[in-house]
Amino acid sequence: MNSKSKYLAYPYSIWMIIFILFPLFLIFLYSITLRNANEIKTITFTFENFAKFFNPIYINVLIRSISIAALSTIICLFIGYPVAYLLTRINEENKGLLILLFILPMWMNMLLRTYAWMTILGNTGLINSFLSFLNLPKINLLYNNNAVILGMVYNFLPFMVFPIYTALNKMDRSLIEAADDLGADSFTIFRKVIFPLSLPGVISGLVMVFMPAVSTFVIPRLLGGGKNILIGNLIEKLFLVTRDWNFGAALSMIILIIIFISIKILNVLNIDKESGISL
Amino acid sequence: MKNKVSKLYLSLVFLFLYAPIAVLVIYSFNDSKSRGNWGGFTFKWYLELFKDRDIKTALYYTVTIAITAALISTIVGTISAIGIYNMKTNRMNLFLNINYLPIINPDIVTGIALMILFLSANIKLGFSTMLLAHITFDIPYVILSVLPKLKQLDKNITEAALDLGATPFYSLRKIIIPQIKPGIITGFLIAFTLSIDDFVISFFTTGSGVTNLSIEIYSMARRGISPTINALSSLMLAVVLGLLLIINKRTTLQVKE
Repeated sequence: MNSKSKYLAYPYSIWMIIFILFPLFLIFLYSITLRNANEIKTITFTFENFAKFFNPIYINVLIRSISIAALSTIICLFIGYPVAYLLTRINEENKGLLILLFILPMWMNMLLRTYAWMTILGNTGLINSFLSFLNLPKINLLYNNNAVILGMVYNFLPFMVFPIYTALNKMDRSLIEAADDLGADSFTIFRKVIFPLSLPGVISGLVMVFMPAVSTFVIPRLLGGGKNILIGNLIEKLFLVTRDWNFGAALSMIILIIIFISIKILNVLNIDKESGISL
Repeated sequence: MKNKVSKLYLSLVFLFLYAPIAVLVIYSFNDSKSRGNWGGFTFKWYLELFKDRDIKTALYYTVTIAITAALISTIVGTISAIGIYNMKTNRMNLFLNINYLPIINPDIVTGIALMILFLSANIKLGFSTMLLAHITFDIPYVILSVLPKLKQLDKNITEAALDLGATPFYSLRKIIIPQIKPGIITGFLIAFTLSIDDFVISFFTTGSGVTNLSIEIYSMARRGISPTINALSSLMLAVVLGLLLIINKRTTLQVKE
């Protein structure tokens, strides 16, 4: 290899400009412009698309999206943290297999995983069939917020477990022994030693679950039905049905901003803990 | 006692993860159309699936796009990774940051951004746009799986080859490529799996008549539960399982080496 081989990456840099950077710029451009229907060439710069968003209908969709995604993320944390912790405790022989079993669902088609819940929760699904077999009345399990949250937790739980597992696995075991020798009870050990050390993993888990949860349109469409739409459904509709690209682009920018802000907030929390400024 | 509680907890979580999939697979063999009763074991949904023309077309597009996109992105990704590896730190970081964008951006944003790009350039959405989109989200993963292998390379061996009169291209072919081959193959498999599985980006970048299996499942699932989707899902599950076993075997072999 010589110094010239750096030029090997140049074709891909052109590709990145055309297919990664320029399309994002186009979204930005659409979000701040209005296009006159009769004259395509005239572009007016405006904040109208963002102003349009401050209509209670859209604000409610955003609030619902953020709260459902946040709730799913928290549930994933509470279910996933103990799983990650227990996985580090397993003896070496079974560890590989169990971890593989845990990654497996992550590689399965998301539609397949979401559809699987339709077969269980649906009106003619497993649970309701069982209820009618017992001559009990059917219950509406599908097409509500709870089904959406369940779908999100199911789809994204491995994204929470994996980073926490990695962080816990790197932890020096002797720290726990030291704390134990110095008389800390197991709760104090968890609060003062284990949890702070696993925090980077928790942070990336939170980000990795929240990001797809806040932007998904498949889960709310299949499990939430047409009524309880989230911001992802709104964007899909604006681009494919109403063809209001400018407003759709503005909403995409808002999603990007939310994700950017949440990553920043979590990173700040993380840095503070690591440098010991807070606490 | 404590041990039992943790075992129970792990089993419950695994049950939560696998029960829905198991239900799906079991129902794909159920002769009765209503879910409540078991009408006996049957392959009829699979036969029906193989007769369905839409699904056959979708399967054709899924596999063609996955293979083509994975091949192209493996070649471009590997060449680019070698280029990136030889860059100065600042430029390398800039390059890698842009390379990360398709990985961290939500799929819906990537899909819409590419759709706007194609439509603004007056390119008709269809097979070629979907292929371009797949290559775009595959390359970053190939680069990220090849780059660590390059970093492990012993620079002296390449230098020795060059000192002994090998041309840069000859040393690339005979020295570098064989050593980073595991990374290249893993990159190809990851790209292939992602491509087979993709829904959101394909959904926005495809046009009339061109669908993939995920899009097909989505439009069928919107109409409700059907045993044919169960059969399709079970088959796709088997394929992903097979691929994952291959990838896993490769990585464990590498770890042992």
